Amino acid sequence: MNWQLLPQFAITGLLNGGPIALMALGIVLVFKSSEVFNFAHGQMLLIGAMAAWWFASPEGMGLPLWAAIIAALAVSVLLGLAIERLTLRPMTGQPLLSIILMTLALGQFLQGLTIFVFGTTQRNFPVIFSVTNPYRITLPLTYNDNPIVVVLRQNLVWSFVIAMICVIVLVLFFQYTRTGLAMRATAENHETAQSVGIRINHVFGISWAIAGVIAAISGILIATASGLDLSLSIVVLAAFPAVLLGGLESIPGAVLGGLIVGLAQGLVGLPNNSFFMGPAAAQAIRNSAEIVPYILLLIVLVIRPDGLFGQKRIERV
Amino acid sequence: MLTVNNIEVVYSDVILVLRGISLKVEPGQIVALLGANGAGKSTTLKAISGLLLRENGAVTRGSIEFEGRRLDKLPAEEITRLGIAQVLEGRRLFQHLTAEENLLTGSLVRPNNRSEIKESLERVYAYFPPLVKLRHRTAGYLSGGEQQMVAIGRALMARPRLLLLDEPSLGLAPLLVQTIFAMIRQYNHESGVSMLLVEQNAHVALQTAEYAYVMENGRIVLDGPAEQLAQNADIKEFYLGLTAVGERKSYRDVKHYKRRKRWLG
Repeated sequence: MNWQLLPQFAITGLLNGGPIALMALGIVLVFKSSEVFNFAHGQMLLIGAMAAWWFASPEGMGLPLWAAIIAALAVSVLLGLAIERLTLRPMTGQPLLSIILMTLALGQFLQGLTIFVFGTTQRNFPVIFSVTNPYRITLPLTYNDNPIVVVLRQNLVWSFVIAMICVIVLVLFFQYTRTGLAMRATAENHETAQSVGIRINHVFGISWAIAGVIAAISGILIATASGLDLSLSIVVLAAFPAVLLGGLESIPGAVLGGLIVGLAQGLVGLPNNSFFMGPAAAQAIRNSAEIVPYILLLIVLVIRPDGLFGQKRIERV
Repeated sequence: MLTVNNIEVVYSDVILVLRGISLKVEPGQIVALLGANGAGKSTTLKAISGLLLRENGAVTRGSIEFEGRRLDKLPAEEITRLGIAQVLEGRRLFQHLTAEENLLTGSLVRPNNRSEIKESLERVYAYFPPLVKLRHRTAGYLSGGEQQMVAIGRALMARPRLLLLDEPSLGLAPLLVQTIFAMIRQYNHESGVSMLLVEQNAHVALQTAEYAYVMENGRIVLDGPAEQLAQNADIKEFYLGLTAVGERKSYRDVKHYKRRKRWLG
């Protein structure tokens, strides 16, 4: 075990978990309101980030960065609304599985659309946070009398902060606004929601629009860290286990799930990590950090089939 | 105010459940719809509230009008927005929301005026004092009676002009049934809201309503002012469980079946 590097990897992993949590939240949001697991979320991420790049870069519109981001968010809202109106509403009343598979197809369609419009080349996403000046934090811990210093890239820290701000804003929105109440009511039961006069189609539209915005924000955050190309759409694979870990319907669950996934991926990256297995096995796992969240997921689901925060069905006798 | 005009309801395009139902609710009136299990009471209510469409049912003939507007093609949420609130059968709260949040969902159809909504909330609490202490409790864990109070309160929060109540007595203790119906009468008296009440408990329904319809097998077989129906010999026997006290049953009572058969025909 490499104790000296443990805090570094743990904290980096946890911070990486911020954007993962945000992606998970976008999926949970749609699932809660319409019971559809949105497999196209990754492509919404990609389109949001691509749009931001296009509005900002001289090859596209050449807008200042803040304007480009706002424009990209607007595009994502429209994309979310369009997906709901054009693909989900006509499917109303169809079996849930068909609708879910439809989102899978939709994802492929959007991926193709992105290739068609933007091509397949890797783009340099504009720099938002300084790359050269990482934060150095000295922890109040020592190892063999050496103080432990954690070095964190700026974009890592700020991505985490922005993701958490989004989460908090959303939670407040759900808890304290009328639209939030309508959304929570719709999430519980469509028929009852209609009977109290909630226009559930509007609620679905709003959920997809918010999911679009969240996707764009997480897409932009991830693109600032790792560059922008088509592989952005599969980053969302890290969010699926986060969603399931949290229990599909729970917002705190999605956030916690995202952080756990980030942490797990970070810890696996730890060099000379061989307290369970030989160094060769450790190296093999390190090379495939993507599957670690899924292994974790498997273990959690065996113990708690509803996930960590899955809603208990209230049964009164 | 509400006119149901000779409607026919078909489920899944083949199952005919209502055969020519007509009824009327006048402003300020409480009207009861009585009948046994499967008579079609709830279906009638669902036809009015628009929830039929969700269950693959449709009004195939006749019309439903509320204050001069056709309802039978509108979706449920729009019908609620016209001023028809409903208390669904079996209470159906948003289980994971608190009692107060449930009440507030009822006010979502109204313009966002905080002070007015607060006032309505206070009024509901005045009608149902036990709810004050329970306002922050998760609705799914309330008792049946408490849930019924929340469900009725939620409908009142919409400030409807017509209230549809589907079996408010279902699964409640007799004392609680009295309390809830006393409240319904009081609210009707104070606010002049019209109500259409679907009930199996004919006794309490006939005490509460001014006018009543009796349904059997998807048809209306009898209607009249509530006091009159309460005196009707057939109603007494079939719905109120009363026979001439003290008399021995004899073979002449076989007639009973003939009389009942005539109804079901």
